[in-house]
Amino acid sequence: MKKYINTGNKDTRSGFGAGLSHLGATNPKVVALCADLTGSVKMGAFAKAHPERFFQCGIAEANMIGMAAGLAIGGYIPFAGTFANFAAGRVYDQIRQSVCYSETNVKIAASHAGITLGEDGATHQILEDIGLMRMLPNMVVINPCDYNQTKAATIAAAAWQGPVYLRFGRPGVPNFTPEEQVFEIGKALHLNEGSDVTIIATGHLVWEAIQAAEILETEGIRVDLLNIHTIKPLDCEAILSSVAKTGRVVCAEEHLIAGGLGEAVAGLLARKHPVPMRFVAVNDRFGQSGKPAQLMSAYGLDAAHIIAAVKEIIGA
Amino acid sequence: MFFNFISHYERHSYLSKIASQVRRDILRMVTGAGSGHPGGSMSSADILTALYFKELNVTPESWNREGTGHDMFFLSIGHVSPLFYSVLARRGYFPISELGTFRVYGSRLQGHPSIEATLPGVHQASGSLGQGLSVAIGAALAKRLAGDKSRVFALIGDGESQEGQIWEAAAAAVHHKVDNLIAMTDWNHQQIDGTTEEVQSLGDLTLKWNSFGWECIVANGHNFNSIFEAFGRADSLLGGGRPVMILFETEMGHGVDFMAGTHEWHGKSPSKEQCERGLAQLEETLGDY
Repeated sequence: MKKYINTGNKDTRSGFGAGLSHLGATNPKVVALCADLTGSVKMGAFAKAHPERFFQCGIAEANMIGMAAGLAIGGYIPFAGTFANFAAGRVYDQIRQSVCYSETNVKIAASHAGITLGEDGATHQILEDIGLMRMLPNMVVINPCDYNQTKAATIAAAAWQGPVYLRFGRPGVPNFTPEEQVFEIGKALHLNEGSDVTIIATGHLVWEAIQAAEILETEGIRVDLLNIHTIKPLDCEAILSSVAKTGRVVCAEEHLIAGGLGEAVAGLLARKHPVPMRFVAVNDRFGQSGKPAQLMSAYGLDAAHIIAAVKEIIGA
Repeated sequence: MFFNFISHYERHSYLSKIASQVRRDILRMVTGAGSGHPGGSMSSADILTALYFKELNVTPESWNREGTGHDMFFLSIGHVSPLFYSVLARRGYFPISELGTFRVYGSRLQGHPSIEATLPGVHQASGSLGQGLSVAIGAALAKRLAGDKSRVFALIGDGESQEGQIWEAAAAAVHHKVDNLIAMTDWNHQQIDGTTEEVQSLGDLTLKWNSFGWECIVANGHNFNSIFEAFGRADSLLGGGRPVMILFETEMGHGVDFMAGTHEWHGKSPSKEQCERGLAQLEETLGDY
């Protein structure tokens, strides 16, 4: 098993903030909008450095998406930031018509996604956003796994021509991908070579999958591990070539089963290469208040549950 | 600008002729398609005719989606697409013969304006109400950032003004001092289910826009003198730190007696006989498509 080192816990939202600051300094076309969550979404440094390119939109997300679309039509590259629940769920129709159907070059910066938002509880813990966003034609859906990858993904999103939904989170999580990395949208990262089972993970679950794979290796189970940071477009080739070796898949994500990465993979495999699958994801329920780690464990989203799913599918 | 007229009288007489042809197009398009929205198309017809044939500083040749260096128009009430398409075609944005493809499979003239369909003159898709004013604000901010002195226009509906997003946009435009924007309301007092006052009363729109901090002008949307007076006044207010709203008093279905002043024709196509009755009231001035 290849070694992955945690260089220290960091929040992915700060990775976004660092990426946005980098863009502010290097690309005069990048503008940012925020719905009264500048500090939470880590847009403060950009706002301070480029006040003329930052638009505070107040608690009015629908208008923010429309303003972003208009700025994009005028040739700018807007990043519209708020909590994922408001960035995806509250303004679905605005994103559908003013962004995706209109093919405007808007980047939706969705922070505090999933249950790791923690104490605020279910009203703020969206677990449906990947599904909502990946259903939209023309939308790219990115869910990076750590600080460094989120920073690189932010920079890549600006270079991509077209709508992007960039999903990241609130808590500090292990930072283990290289500091200087090239983020290629739609290209899965092959984290480990194995022949017994494929684990496909995204976002906060990638680190958990690495922990699971290390433990499984000590028990003689060799994991082929994919980090799917781009859920749409899905790297079908990487998934199919892994499954061709292993014949079994476990998908892990901080999202509902419905509409998530697992269902995207299942749809691909049903068409091209049906194999047994397990889903480490939330099954048809809302979140609740609690500490992030406590919630991830309670909702079955950690290394222990990935290991259990692998053993179940292998029949071990 | 497109036409240079000797006098206002000459200008208004010419624009009336265009508007009559545009109303014929609307009737024939909606009847041909067997669906569509004639009522609001008729009420906004004189406003858009005045805008495209005189006021907007853009030509079909100079138009591009980004809008650099020229005036931009955003149609928020996408259901008045028959009007929008007729005015664009009559102004030379695409062949007039294409009007016959309205709402037909494979046409660039989708039921509501689309970007996918790549129709020249369309900056943004619309149809789901309430969104166009926000987009126009964004486009106006882009012009400000780019140092582009041209203007942004947007047309919204009075029924549409029941959408919350319109008032989010109203507040945002004032907060960000968007003073290169001229918004217009087609105040025809009708919507699908009845009058706006029956469905969900709007109250005094003048007071509302004024209280939000907009420069607010009320004009007669079927009188070219009044329309151009409003445009002139609006233009003179630009650059003063506030956005401008022109509330155009209009009549739903204006120009066809049995359609006028009622919500019944918001989104219904006439029969062939009804279409003929309507056409008999509208002079064919530029030649039907």
